[in-house]
Amino acid sequence: MADPIHQFEINKIATLGHIGGHEIAFTNSALFMAITVVGIWALLVGGSSRRALVPGRMQSIAELSYEFVANTIQSTAGKEGMKFFPFVFTLFMFILMANMIGIVPYTFTVTSHIIITAMLAIMVFLTVIVYGFYRNGLKFFRLFVPSGIPIYILPLIVFIEVLSFLSRPISHSVRLFANMLAGHITLKVLAGFITMMIGSLGIVGWLGAVLPLGMVVAITALEVLVAFLQAYVFAILTCIYLNDAIHPGH
Amino acid sequence: MATSARTEVPGGKPQFPPFNKETFASQLVWFAIAFVALYLIISKLAIPRIGGIMAARSGQIEGDLAEANRLKAQSDAAIAAYEKALADARGRAQTLAAETRERLNAEAEVRRKKLEAELAEKLLAAEKTIAATKLAAMSNVRTIAAETTAAIVERLIGSTPAPAVVDAAVADVLKR
Repeated sequence: MADPIHQFEINKIATLGHIGGHEIAFTNSALFMAITVVGIWALLVGGSSRRALVPGRMQSIAELSYEFVANTIQSTAGKEGMKFFPFVFTLFMFILMANMIGIVPYTFTVTSHIIITAMLAIMVFLTVIVYGFYRNGLKFFRLFVPSGIPIYILPLIVFIEVLSFLSRPISHSVRLFANMLAGHITLKVLAGFITMMIGSLGIVGWLGAVLPLGMVVAITALEVLVAFLQAYVFAILTCIYLNDAIHPGH
Repeated sequence: MATSARTEVPGGKPQFPPFNKETFASQLVWFAIAFVALYLIISKLAIPRIGGIMAARSGQIEGDLAEANRLKAQSDAAIAAYEKALADARGRAQTLAAETRERLNAEAEVRRKKLEAELAEKLLAAEKTIAATKLAAMSNVRTIAAETTAAIVERLIGSTPAPAVVDAAVADVLKR
């Protein structure tokens, strides 16, 4: 049976050098990051190159993604959140494109590695902290002190608020990582059943393989949904966190 | 990817790839490059262009709507002007017709009066002629009566009466 973990392995294509004792290599992960960037560039910049008044297919997708992210920011973080539009748009498109490319067989899913999703989440986390203090100064700490709380339980509430704030990057990154990882493992395991049945049971196996094949098809469709949904969830959580930086205090 | 060798930790046990720290440095470097490149592409190229396209579109739609409104106002004004011209023309035609009617009426009246006067004149002349003729006829009647009387008397008595006596007798009869 095919190893379901095999697809997450990172393979060196070329070693480029070392930084502080760490080997820096051009890997399949790097290759697919580049494909992701080029794909987004082709979609957004190439798709809108005709600047048509009545958009074609590609331009429609570019405009839809633009409006979708813009509306998401405006509905969660208000007009002021629009200064983070390039950042959120970049995050959303990167995750969406990486997830979608990852569904294609034989590709590598960039977002199935915790280090990448952690970096995405830490960027958001640091942006919230830096912008929160830059815009609000020490009033940013009001984020941890909800108003209208009796003084005797306030320490507990503040402790919980701080804890939940600090755990944000973890949940933010693990959610995306785990969804991608689990989905791809599920697909691989079910696909493995097909080859296993055919290989060991002959004609009965051919018939029996129909069930896992149907499930692979269904779960692939589900994975397309999950790929979009996780990008959306990541983006909307980013907007909600940025809203905390813009308007601290509940 | 058949050529890939599972990354081995020193212990020799295969490691779960997402948790293999040896790959972190490479991934971080390439992620930073990719993300910065993507951020630049999106913020410098994609957003201005797509935003521009959409702004141009809404501008075009607004402009077209404004142009349509302007044209509609223009055609409304033209219709109003046409209707006003029509009403004016109708009014003028009515005035003209009334004037003409009055003028013609007056002329006809004048002609009628003139004609009536002429007729009256003619009537008067005719009456005069009739009176004259009647007078003449009456005097003729007297003469004829006198002559006839004289002749009758002559036949009856064989002598011609005196004209004065005849005249007196005729006058006496005519008076009755």
